[in-house]
Amino acid sequence: MTALETDGPASLTLDRLTRRFAGQVAVQELSLEIHAGELLALVGASGSGKTTTLRMVAGYESPDSGVIRLDGRDITALPPERRGFGMVFQHYALFPHLSVMENVGFGLEARGVGGAERQRRALAALESVGLGAKATRQVQALSGGEQQRVAMARAMVIQPRVLLLDEPLSNLDPTLREEMRTELRATLQGAHVTALFVTHDQEDAFAIADRVALLEHGVLLQHGTPEQLYDRPASRAVAEFIGRGVLVPAEDRGTHGRITLGGVSQDVSVSRAGGEAMLPKALAVLRPESLDIGAGETGWPGRITARRFAGAVMAYTVDIGGVPVEVLTPSRVGAVGDQVRVTVQRSPVALVSA
Amino acid sequence: MSRRSLVLAVPIIALLLWIVAFPNVAVIAGSLEGGGVHWLEFLRSPSDREALWTSLWISVASVIASTAIGLPLAFLLQRADFPGRKVLSAVATLPAALPPLVGVIAFLFLYGESGAVTRATQSLLGMDHAPWALSGPWAIVFVHAYTMYVYVYLFVSAALENFDTSLDEAARGLGHGPVRRFVRITLPLLTPALAGGALLVFMSSLGSFSAPYVFGGGLRVLSTQIINSKLNDAMGVAFVETTVLALSAVAGLLLLRWIEGRRQYTLTSKGRAIRVPIRSRGAKITAIVLSSIVVTVLVLPHAMVLLTAFAVDGAWTTQVLPPEYTLDNFRRLFTDRQLFPPIRNTVVMSVIATAANVVICFVIGYLTVLRKFTGRKLLEILAVLPWTIPPTAIAIGLASTFDAFDLSRGKVLLVGTFWILPLAYFIRGLPLVTSAVQSSLRQMDPSVEDAARGLGASWWLTMKRVVIPAAKPGLIAGAVLAGITAVGEFVATVLLFTLSNRTISVEVLQQLRSQAFGTASAYSVLLILMIFVLTLTARWLQGRADRTVTVS
Repeated sequence: MTALETDGPASLTLDRLTRRFAGQVAVQELSLEIHAGELLALVGASGSGKTTTLRMVAGYESPDSGVIRLDGRDITALPPERRGFGMVFQHYALFPHLSVMENVGFGLEARGVGGAERQRRALAALESVGLGAKATRQVQALSGGEQQRVAMARAMVIQPRVLLLDEPLSNLDPTLREEMRTELRATLQGAHVTALFVTHDQEDAFAIADRVALLEHGVLLQHGTPEQLYDRPASRAVAEFIGRGVLVPAEDRGTHGRITLGGVSQDVSVSRAGGEAMLPKALAVLRPESLDIGAGETGWPGRITARRFAGAVMAYTVDIGGVPVEVLTPSRVGAVGDQVRVTVQRSPVALVSA
Repeated sequence: MSRRSLVLAVPIIALLLWIVAFPNVAVIAGSLEGGGVHWLEFLRSPSDREALWTSLWISVASVIASTAIGLPLAFLLQRADFPGRKVLSAVATLPAALPPLVGVIAFLFLYGESGAVTRATQSLLGMDHAPWALSGPWAIVFVHAYTMYVYVYLFVSAALENFDTSLDEAARGLGHGPVRRFVRITLPLLTPALAGGALLVFMSSLGSFSAPYVFGGGLRVLSTQIINSKLNDAMGVAFVETTVLALSAVAGLLLLRWIEGRRQYTLTSKGRAIRVPIRSRGAKITAIVLSSIVVTVLVLPHAMVLLTAFAVDGAWTTQVLPPEYTLDNFRRLFTDRQLFPPIRNTVVMSVIATAANVVICFVIGYLTVLRKFTGRKLLEILAVLPWTIPPTAIAIGLASTFDAFDLSRGKVLLVGTFWILPLAYFIRGLPLVTSAVQSSLRQMDPSVEDAARGLGASWWLTMKRVVIPAAKPGLIAGAVLAGITAVGEFVATVLLFTLSNRTISVEVLQQLRSQAFGTASAYSVLLILMIFVLTLTARWLQGRADRTVTVS
């Protein structure tokens, strides 16, 4: 059926993709390499161009310029039906007039797989997602989580070399969502497939993906492992989008940085995404879990303005010279209104250019 | 059940039982009088059997023809972008703005034996006789298809607008080409819309009277048979024919509703609307040429009626177009003591019927959507019942129920009086206004009414500030539909009118018979104008209603 069917996962190259809608740039000069078998998450707020990118990879949108390559072969002009990619749509796009089994078998039908064989393979795919018993049901009789699995089975049964997922977990309730994250990562890893998925939820991205690419206004801000993005954000925008924390002015002194808050300075070891080059105007990214609250004389002086019980830890908001700083600490150290000192517990602290 | 619901519901149910249900029962009872002799007569009569068969197959053929036009047109206008698309989509619903009889005479003037297009073709080809005769069953199907494809077009367009395009994309990603995607995904999901459109076409064709009457050429269909039987005073057979007509309509309704319901799916998400631009030069030129032709065909009936409205009566004989023009026709309509009363009657009776519809249907909508009481289902059925009954059958029912003053048998004398026609229009408007009000009220969160009461608002204040504003869009839309139906009503009117309350439609037919084409057309233009004004008023009122909602 497709000219592209060879075994195993494929690598995908996006080379300077640009797409405009009515003069507005949706995606600008986006270049990204997705290795064979890798799970890559495209993360960004709505309007960041992540869905447009996914649709260009799938073939539903054509880039105004730029090239998409599969294992080095230019597939930019290939229509979606000939790309042979699997896609899981945001609202699953299950065919409401077909049964669960018919939905899953629909891609095999296009590949000329005959009745009995098609049923066997569709059933096997359904069993692999734990829905073998519901093969004859109508899709509308399924719960949201079950529909998500059917959509996965339908995309996987055609043994795609690339799997595309558009907000695959956004329709699930929070408890189910946590559960499905682990399950989805396990399924994708077990399937030996190159997967590209779009999400606005960085927790989804961190839990599922090997690497994360962060987009804003159609521009790729940074890509790397979740740890890289979290610990060494490449820019202020990345630091603001990824994780919790507050950005405060800092003085880059090469081997360390000096952060002055509430009239008190603390020197901390620092990391920079760009390496060793010093930043003339720097901001330090203070993550809640790298700070602690002490009663001693060291650290920035502040006053607790809010506290929130978060299970294993307590989350405090401490006002330090007018800057509200969030601190996560396992110990219960004070009440709202208490004067406390905030110290840096874990370093290096990430520096970004202001 | 609250006492207030009861106080409102009981009189309305009683009224509807009397004017909607009772006449139908009377017709069925009348058909059975004499122990079934009328049914035997009907079954033995070759002309009645022929009429039933012809009615049915013409209706089915009209459904097929309307679908063949409406479905591709909806696809073209919803899914493709080409030069001329906006003009085409602006005129695509134009045939629906023609009252049934006006559409028929427009076709007569265009494609009839002495019609403009017929004569033009004849002289172009140098023939000594008309190249075709617009007569017989296929002429009827032709006229039906032209006026009724709009139903299919509107239903399919709406469905395509809500169509989840990601379903099509999913099928595409799974490797299916355009034809298979259409057959396996799009068409099955459009079935409810197609069935809904087909149902309207089927019901309208079955009840259609003016097209068979003018173009039938002696062809027998049930609606014309009923009128013939009534004119011959063979009421027993007329009752049987009416019952058979109504039963056919109900059978068609049940069948298509079943198809519609069996394939009803809720689509979870809306895809983005995609209109594929036509890019190639050749295709663009083809699109321009084709849409120009279609636009011309659609506009031509209106244009022809308008042109003929200025023709001197009796002057147009064998020429392609009327040879002499005058403004006199319109002047006479408003000054001639014979010609003006139908205009006044049409306006007065339509206003009365529609006003009654607005009041009664609002209460029915309120009771059926927001209140719970025993008899709610009965009220709902009574209100939509007239929709399943062809207008001829409604008229026969009224004619046989309100023909004498005899309270012991539930009869008052309305036949031969002014009031019989407003009553008929009111009954035809019932389902239109009720369902429009219901759909507006269903969009309102019922807890809003409770909230208003909880805040201490009286029942009347709640009605005034919460319920009526919520019902308003439906009331306006429904009232306009009912008004349009009433001013152009012909089928029931022709069975019930008297000299003193004759309407524009009746007069159009009279003028046509006496070859006064100019006067007939001038009346028709007046009808079209009334419909146009009603539509504009509705838009204006809707716009105001929308603004109030946004402000509050």
